Amino acid sequence: MPRIVSITLQNTDDARPIIAAITEDNPGLVIHSYPGIVKIDREGSLTVKRSSVEERLGRDWDPQEIHLSIVSMAGNLDEEDDYFNLSWA
Amino acid sequence: MNANVKLGLKQRYSLLTRGLDWETTYQPKEKIFPYAEFEGIKIHDWSKWEDPFRLTMESYWKYQAEKERKLYAVLDSFAQNNGQLGISEARYVNALKLFLTGISPCEYQAHRGFNHVGRHLPGVGPRVAAQMQSLDELRHAQTQIHTLSHYNKFFDGFHEFTHMHDRVWYLSVPKSFFEDARTAGPFEYFIAIGFAFEYVLTNLLFVPFMSGAAYNGDLATVTFGFSAQSDESRHMTLGIEVIKFLLEQDPDNLPIVQKWVDKWFWRGHRVLGLVAMMMDYMLPKKIMSWREAWEIYFTEAGGSLFGDLARYGLKVPKYADIASAEADHISHQNWCTFYQYSQAAGFHTQLPTAEEMDWLSEKYPTTFDKYYRPRYEMWAQMEKDGKRFYNNALPQLCNVCQIPMVYTENTDPSAVSGRVSEYKGDKYHFCSDGCKDIFDDEPEKYSQAWLPVHQIFQGNCGGPELEDVLKWYRLNIGADNLDQAGSPDQKMWDQWMADRAGVGG
Repeated sequence: MPRIVSITLQNTDDARPIIAAITEDNPGLVIHSYPGIVKIDREGSLTVKRSSVEERLGRDWDPQEIHLSIVSMAGNLDEEDDYFNLSWA
Repeated sequence: MNANVKLGLKQRYSLLTRGLDWETTYQPKEKIFPYAEFEGIKIHDWSKWEDPFRLTMESYWKYQAEKERKLYAVLDSFAQNNGQLGISEARYVNALKLFLTGISPCEYQAHRGFNHVGRHLPGVGPRVAAQMQSLDELRHAQTQIHTLSHYNKFFDGFHEFTHMHDRVWYLSVPKSFFEDARTAGPFEYFIAIGFAFEYVLTNLLFVPFMSGAAYNGDLATVTFGFSAQSDESRHMTLGIEVIKFLLEQDPDNLPIVQKWVDKWFWRGHRVLGLVAMMMDYMLPKKIMSWREAWEIYFTEAGGSLFGDLARYGLKVPKYADIASAEADHISHQNWCTFYQYSQAAGFHTQLPTAEEMDWLSEKYPTTFDKYYRPRYEMWAQMEKDGKRFYNNALPQLCNVCQIPMVYTENTDPSAVSGRVSEYKGDKYHFCSDGCKDIFDDEPEKYSQAWLPVHQIFQGNCGGPELEDVLKWYRLNIGADNLDQAGSPDQKMWDQWMADRAGVGG
């Protein structure tokens, strides 16, 4: 059975550049749209890169700002200054 | 030599938060942490606890404050703009009544529970994580109450949520779930709530209610929901860290943890039957069926999770197959129960419309038309004949999950599922093997359960007549209870819609 990691983000202006960055950096995503939220699934792992988000946002971005947009997640979390990664072993 | 080396997040966090604990010298450790050993869990090295989200208190306050500002701005705006007029239909609000009376007091219980384990675990990492979660849960209780207070201005059934939570028959289901966890030891609590509820099952509670709110025009609840869910992500990582930590500390922990995972999956599944009913029957605009939600959030997501945890020897919860099979029945069985006991409930019910029944047929091709449509059609005829059915007998409750014994055997949906145990000369009744196993493991604990129906018969709930009991519940008879049709809520809504259609003045 495939091990799907997932991140669900609010459908807001704050989250849009994050969603765009994830889409660009993680090939093979499956994106589900529900009212007010976007659920992003991927097999194995998924990474949110600080630099990718900053490119789209036009300002410095701390990955911890994701707290303001995240609704849910699935997978083991690895959090660092430059990225936010979810994965199953 | 240039000493300007920037430390990474993990290192900064470690330096800021570790080494603040100390080895006690005035009192022995066992006196300071009296609950740390009795469950049989072995911890050799608390420093191996890894905080998944490396949030310092400073960051915590910063982000939480920002979430609060945004949320309360939306709630104020909703109130000023009479946002309640934007919901799909009046009857949607019954889902919110169930939420405020059933869930919000449990958020407060979770606040107390995490507060307790935040004191009683010997490890500083999990203590801090539990304390943050305790604050989050209090925040959730407060924000839910605040969000729903606007509906309380107009609709029945919200006014005595804490009083009702402690007394009303169906509310003992979520109440006893949390009380069971809070009266367990700290490690079981962490697995029960942190892992089983907040990781395995949380999406099955929140996504239905919050998506249901979004689909039905309830901006206030949607906004609350997404605001709380951002906290939930931290809770989810705490839950998964707890289970990995315990399983990595000592192989002897595995059978204890497995037993708790089995127990709390089953108790959680039973509580979520209320959500199943809400999704399938209480939302005028439906998101998806309970069966579909179960597939996404348990079968698929749980499959990935337990696949990952298999490396520790942990197995998929016992009776997961039964729970999955029940997904085709449970919402219907629960709604049939609430429909016929609506005279004793704090929210309104009604029969599904013809269109809704067609939707249910489509979503439940193997069960709806065979077992449940005939009942609704019979009750519809009774309504037409002016004899809307209310059941005046009190049901037998399962001694563990406290739900009326309405569930059926997995192998035969026409046979009521019942199990029995004897303890100290008395017989105890259960809806399932899952609940019976829980009782048999700790009969002394569950033999003390406060069961609403038993208590009514013992004369502890206001008196012998239904009216006495409803008054004791502080239910407003003729307003909070009975069918949606003819309710004060519906009359008020119809008047609003008529006003909206008119020219005004």
